[in-house]
Amino acid sequence: MSELQTYFKPEVKSLPFCPGCGHTTNLSHLDKAMKLINADPKRTVIVTDIGCVGLSDQYFDVHAFHGLHGRSITYATGIKLANPELNVIVLMGDGGCGIGGNHIVNAARRNVGITVMVFNNFNFGMTGGEHSVTTPFGGLTATTHSGNIEAPLDIIGLAQVCGAGYSARMTTFDKELPSIMAEAMTYKGFAILDIWEFCTAYYSPRNDMDKQSMIAISETHNLPFGILTNRTDRTEYTVALKNQEAKTLKASPDLNQRFDQLLDQKIELVLSGGAGQKIKSTAAILGQAAILSGGYASQKDDYPITVKTGYSSAEVIISPENIDYTGMTAPNAALILSIEGFNKEKSKLVAMKAGSVIFLEEGLPEFETEATVIRKPFEAIAKKIDRNSVALVGLGALLAETKWLSRESVESAIGISQKAAYLEMSLKALKAGWELGNQA
Amino acid sequence: MIQFIDGNEALVQGALKAGCDFFAGYPITPATPILLSMMTELPARGETAIQGEDEIASIGFCIGAAMTGKKALTATSGPGLSLYSENIGLAIMGEVPLVIVDVQRLGPATGSATKDASMDIQFVRWITSGGYPVIALAPSSVEDCYLLAIHAFNFAEKYRTPVFILSSKEIGQTRMRVDLDLLDAPAIIERESATPSQNGKVKSVSFNNSSFQPICTVGGDELSRFTGSSHDEYGNLTKSPGMIEKLNEHLNTKINPEEVALWEYSGPDRPETLIISYGIVSRSVNQALKSTHYPGVGHLILKTLWPVPETILLKYLSSADTIIVPEMNHGQYALEIERLKRHDSTLISLQQVNSELLAPERITEALKEVSHV
Repeated sequence: MSELQTYFKPEVKSLPFCPGCGHTTNLSHLDKAMKLINADPKRTVIVTDIGCVGLSDQYFDVHAFHGLHGRSITYATGIKLANPELNVIVLMGDGGCGIGGNHIVNAARRNVGITVMVFNNFNFGMTGGEHSVTTPFGGLTATTHSGNIEAPLDIIGLAQVCGAGYSARMTTFDKELPSIMAEAMTYKGFAILDIWEFCTAYYSPRNDMDKQSMIAISETHNLPFGILTNRTDRTEYTVALKNQEAKTLKASPDLNQRFDQLLDQKIELVLSGGAGQKIKSTAAILGQAAILSGGYASQKDDYPITVKTGYSSAEVIISPENIDYTGMTAPNAALILSIEGFNKEKSKLVAMKAGSVIFLEEGLPEFETEATVIRKPFEAIAKKIDRNSVALVGLGALLAETKWLSRESVESAIGISQKAAYLEMSLKALKAGWELGNQA
Repeated sequence: MIQFIDGNEALVQGALKAGCDFFAGYPITPATPILLSMMTELPARGETAIQGEDEIASIGFCIGAAMTGKKALTATSGPGLSLYSENIGLAIMGEVPLVIVDVQRLGPATGSATKDASMDIQFVRWITSGGYPVIALAPSSVEDCYLLAIHAFNFAEKYRTPVFILSSKEIGQTRMRVDLDLLDAPAIIERESATPSQNGKVKSVSFNNSSFQPICTVGGDELSRFTGSSHDEYGNLTKSPGMIEKLNEHLNTKINPEEVALWEYSGPDRPETLIISYGIVSRSVNQALKSTHYPGVGHLILKTLWPVPETILLKYLSSADTIIVPEMNHGQYALEIERLKRHDSTLISLQQVNSELLAPERITEALKEVSHV
């Protein structure tokens, strides 16, 4: 690519900023910096958001993206993730560092390869000179009439502790600023520049700012100038992402009918026990076995957010016909394996009608219901195989008794869904349960 | 192929079928499984999925990626949608193709995170300042999640606008038997890149409401100009009242309601009683109508909620003396039916907001009260 004389659009004769505003000099520095790296305009994106600096993108003959207040880093990150070849530059103000501070934190943590240039004039210039997160202590603004009492944000310090790869604090008057901008743009990782400047409309006249007072602010607030970070130990985010090994996808099992349909009615079953009793996976096996037998199924799980404790429940409907409504107030079958599950589902058990069946772990409390209650020592039998297989023991007993599904269909479902390590144990548990059911 | 999957899984399969190649999202019940799936599926295809630091960043990533040419998807629930609001405004103004899944849950604020409701219906319509039209599709089933995901990407590309899929906990997280291969999926619409017009310049967007809008790609060979401020067709900021009016008229009218209207109807051609449903409640109505035959009763299931599919609604509303609108909210869509129905007809708004599904029995009871049934 031949070298460009300027990156400003040919029709741009002057910039719209107030006389003496740092934005004008900063954009001229940026133009020089792009020349220094011979930036390809078609592969360069300037992202801005709100504030006077947000006007900047439109004056350059590069891709221009103007978004919402404080969110420019998020659009820039999306652009970089989608097309890592691009040179993505964010121009934002100190106002954006407040409302969008969270995005600085996380872009730095990721070390995503975008370059953030903060045009920092210590206040909100566009809306009338209100204080920003970088207003120095004592700074007079439209909203700090007696002087600012909030500590100014150390933008660079924040980015540094969050892992930013490259950072520098400069003033708009620094001769080296174009070369620092160029270095930041070619840095492979997250680069951030805190560029101090005058707001000649508000902050500077209100606070008698000159170059000397900038130095004073730097010294009294311990905000040093210069290149402050240039790390070589971090990998840029999109590169790191590409280097990650993708997880192998699991093929969804095909559940075409392989077994005879034994079911002649819709069964609404509640399966409930305690955390760790494999309620969810057993419910899935039941549903899959019904489908493998040419039927329909639905499964809905319920458990507390503290997943390793308390109840675990599943509502499973199996039916020879398509299922519409998946709600369940009075199921016609239940398998209850622990006191947590019993307490969770007791209201449903009590509501169950005559002709329904409840399989209950031996020793659970007595209660009133019209349903037939069958109590079995599922846990004792499971313990001989694996205590975590209690739900499959219960399911085996229930199906042996009710004959809603064939044992082969359930074994097939176990084969489809269980990891090889659990397969043998699961089949054993089902067999033991089936034998228990047949004893009844 | 017969599968035993839930709506969230089917939605992911539909999105991938549609060519989704970018995802960003933030964990939230009951939409998290979509994030988890995409974090596996996309990297395995050499594409990018990322968990943002919050919902604001997540949709921001999507907007940036979408404008570089990606088919972007994000998924959340009510509280996350609240945080998406400002960037949805940007996506409308900047005409960003983007699919936003809202797996609805109950309540304002945290509400009942694991319970079903359809409470974001009017919220998505008026989700951002300006009040411009959006497209919102509502699945009733696992199959719909797959199909509507494909439609959503197509509509997003065609109209360059955010498209919502209003799923819900019960649809998203209840596994059902499905065979997605049997469904009549639409052909996939691919994006076209904008080319220079006669003056040699590339339009960011055309205000002539053509039904398909090419995109000037960020980072592409033609320089792009994207902005959330009032702009002309080239993306230049404007203060001209005439141009601002053209822009806003374009945003207000660019979506053709007829082209995006998706629905199912069963019943007589001129129903005396019309049940209008959407989302999970449609299945309760189906169940109620399956167990007993009600002559004169029609059931219209809306799969497109916004823009309101007025033509089909007016067709069946014209004969209906009684209209039943069951909803898992305080009657949000009944408001739309109220303004379209015959003035001498009666609207029964059945509402339920108690964390339980609206049962088929409530439909049966309502039908009992209708004299002619």
